[in-house]
Amino acid sequence: MLRFIGARLLQSLIALAIISVVVFVLARTTGDPLYLILPMSATPEDFANARQYLGLDRPYVEQYLSFVGRAVTGDFGMSLRARRPVSELIRERLPNSLKLAAFAMGISLAMAFPLGVMAAVKKGTGIDRAAQVISVLGQSLPTFWVAILLVEFVAGRLQWLPAGGIEGFSSYVLPGFTLGWFVVAGLMRLLRSGMLEVLDSECVKLARVKGVVERRVIWLHALKNALIPVVTFAGIYFAILVTTAIVVETVFAWPGLGRLAYEGISSRDFPVIQAVVLTTAAIVAVVNLCVDCLYAFIDPRIRYAR
Amino acid sequence: MSPPVVEVRDLRTHLVTRWGTVKAVDGVSFAVDEAETLGLVGESGSGKSMTCLSLVRLVPRPAARILGGQVLLDGEDLLTKTEREMQKVRGRRIAMILQDPMSSLNPVFSIGMQMREPVSAYHGLRGRALAARAAALLAAVRIPAPAERLRAFPHQLSGGMRQRVVGAMAIAAPPRLLIADEPTTSLDLTIQAQYLALLKELQRQHRFALIFVTHNLGIVAKMCDRVAVMYAGRIVEMGPVRRIFTRPTHPYSRALLESIPRLGARVERLIAIEGQPPDLARLPGACAFAPRCPHVMDRCRAEAPPERTVEAGHVTRCWLETPSS
Amino acid sequence: MPAEPGALALPDVVASAVPAARGRRLPVFSLGIIGLFMLVAILAPLLSPADPFEQSLRNRFKPPAWEEGGSWKFPLGTDRLGRDMLSRIIWGSRVSLAAGVLTVLLASAFGASVGLAAGYYGGRVDAALMRITDATMSFPVILLALILAVTVGPSFTNVVVAIAVILWARYARVIRGQVLTLMQLDFVAQARIVGAGAWRIITRHLLPNTLNTLVVLVTLQIGYVIIVEASLSFLGAGIPPPTPAWGSMIAEGREFVTSAWWVSLFPGLAILLVVLAFNLLGDWLRDTFDPKLRQL
Repeated sequence: MLRFIGARLLQSLIALAIISVVVFVLARTTGDPLYLILPMSATPEDFANARQYLGLDRPYVEQYLSFVGRAVTGDFGMSLRARRPVSELIRERLPNSLKLAAFAMGISLAMAFPLGVMAAVKKGTGIDRAAQVISVLGQSLPTFWVAILLVEFVAGRLQWLPAGGIEGFSSYVLPGFTLGWFVVAGLMRLLRSGMLEVLDSECVKLARVKGVVERRVIWLHALKNALIPVVTFAGIYFAILVTTAIVVETVFAWPGLGRLAYEGISSRDFPVIQAVVLTTAAIVAVVNLCVDCLYAFIDPRIRYAR
Repeated sequence: MSPPVVEVRDLRTHLVTRWGTVKAVDGVSFAVDEAETLGLVGESGSGKSMTCLSLVRLVPRPAARILGGQVLLDGEDLLTKTEREMQKVRGRRIAMILQDPMSSLNPVFSIGMQMREPVSAYHGLRGRALAARAAALLAAVRIPAPAERLRAFPHQLSGGMRQRVVGAMAIAAPPRLLIADEPTTSLDLTIQAQYLALLKELQRQHRFALIFVTHNLGIVAKMCDRVAVMYAGRIVEMGPVRRIFTRPTHPYSRALLESIPRLGARVERLIAIEGQPPDLARLPGACAFAPRCPHVMDRCRAEAPPERTVEAGHVTRCWLETPSS
Repeated sequence: MPAEPGALALPDVVASAVPAARGRRLPVFSLGIIGLFMLVAILAPLLSPADPFEQSLRNRFKPPAWEEGGSWKFPLGTDRLGRDMLSRIIWGSRVSLAAGVLTVLLASAFGASVGLAAGYYGGRVDAALMRITDATMSFPVILLALILAVTVGPSFTNVVVAIAVILWARYARVIRGQVLTLMQLDFVAQARIVGAGAWRIITRHLLPNTLNTLVVLVTLQIGYVIIVEASLSFLGAGIPPPTPAWGSMIAEGREFVTSAWWVSLFPGLAILLVVLAFNLLGDWLRDTFDPKLRQL
């Protein structure tokens, strides 16, 4: 089991390394950030000085290595625009994004599980059809459009929930729902099809033959088998949540990583861009790692495979 | 003479498919006594498995429905019971062994969990007593080191051992009736004999009625006291094994027996039964075997033969009075 | 050269697919919507009632025809600059559909190739390719597109490239999985015994058997790409104005949702319809060709 975790960890690190190189290269090709930072009246000399001060005149490879060296210790340099350490900015914004993602994931799971299982058990009935409609709609609605409409109607006209910012629990609801909607749709459909397949299987037949109560057959014997692809996808969906949060954060003025990225990109703030992308990738990698471990935990065939 | 453990009367189960309604079980009647083994033979699609599922009322819904008849277990009609009552019958009074143990055991739960669950439900045991009983059951099916096996998972065991585990679960109660649906088909030949011997031994001990479904006539000869031959959802001949094997009256039974190649005999061609298995969605109203029967008469195509007693304990469904041997 | 057993040519693949589809009710709704939008996109210059770029401050914020103050000259109303919404939506379909189809074709072609190679060669090739694939998959699409938009400037090409560059990884993973399963079957070994080379095995044996999966995946992904493109346009990193794109139209109407709700509503509905149609079609295809693909 440990070897399993170790192998996965290594893979994640390699992936992160590749990403860091790509990001580094991209950020550097964006054109000169100095044009945005220095005032109009700056002289070529000022440019040269600024370049040297920010270390932008050293060869790329050297810049990359020093970047990596410091990144590993958590130092992402200074934001070119805000003149503050990037790590500070990230430390401020990251928890907000994570909280939102966790909230969205939480309500998604809470909704997807009962819906998905019941849709399978009561296949063909009203619940099933409703679930399928929700599922297909959820994956076809553009998030930002729904976000705007929600802000307008629920926050604007009805005044039930706040339109933006972070002010206590109620401000999580709208952005959380907007983000999570897509996930509910996907997970629910996975659960439904997984359950449908398992409910037809021999092992469920045997459980029933043994006289196990139907409720236990569904929620214990069947569900645990159907869980495996769901867990895998839950990880992927979480990653999607984190990466599409940028749109939701923009619409709802959520002070998170997504907004930070947007601001950083608009102002060509390399260190911020690099840091955000790496952080995002790291989060995704960690989540995938957890998912893989959970996967092994659920399915003993994987746990004990050599 | 004590009444039979299970008595089935005119059981009918229909299956709705894309191609029409299939009469999977079409008026099946039989009875099995205590410590008696009834073999159920027939081709794929003859209705053997559906009959067994109908006995425990686990036919695949919503496509399949039990339409009528009676299933008497120790005198009680199971078809009139509620689902909740049936859950108490399954496993406790009727147990079943399915064909492929790799797919019938749940891969994500340990053997122990899958053993403890029914034992705890049937006998109300907990904790150490429960574990001990589970281990004892495994020992009864001759699994070595039973206590350790409880911690194992299905994929860690061999095919033969898995099927023994399934057997252990089946005798956990112990049941009045055990239905074995082709339990040795997916096992290696060498293991098969051991397993069959085990089943026989368990039957001697617990004295349950055994319904043994198979398409292998050799196993029938070894294991069964009586045999019922099924074709297109009906029992076409039923009687003591020795009798049916030496003097079959129904052309289908005869054809089945003749088609077994004999070792040592020089054969020019293997004898196969002519024709195709019937399209179960479109059965003629008459004898279903008529299209393939070498002794077919006009009457066979017009009217379905009723069950006719040839001798005590030997029934057949054929218009032939004394078929030429 | 006579084909070895198991080799499939394209006509065979199509022929084997038809019986699977026969007897199933065709997804009329999806095909209808997709067909409609395709037609609209292709015939945009002919169908559009007005010039989508023509501004007219006099006609700003005219509501849809059925509302008070609207007129049938602008059936779905006008936007902030007096441009006809219906025309802009019609022209916007070009952008969205083109982006969706192009991106997915590019990504699938590349991704499938990688998947086939990885699955066939196995070993270190497979391991290396999968590392790259995994790294790619965890890169945030929208961020990349944003970066490109800011560095090279927003354009249609950038959107397509940005998305395709990350999307291919999905195809690679799925196709590789399929190929691994196929490799277990006997016909590949048979082909090798007969002397077929790698290229032949891949193109004549493996690829045709993965086409079903590919088709399903492609259809399902078009909807996703359309939404991503719209999100990018919404954020300002997609198709630059004044070219009508559904996403940017929604962004433009954002501030006026209360008063001029039609500016944001209709483009969103268009996106919803098209994506829904593709998703339903993809589901139907999956159920017909390979129900085991439910994970997609």
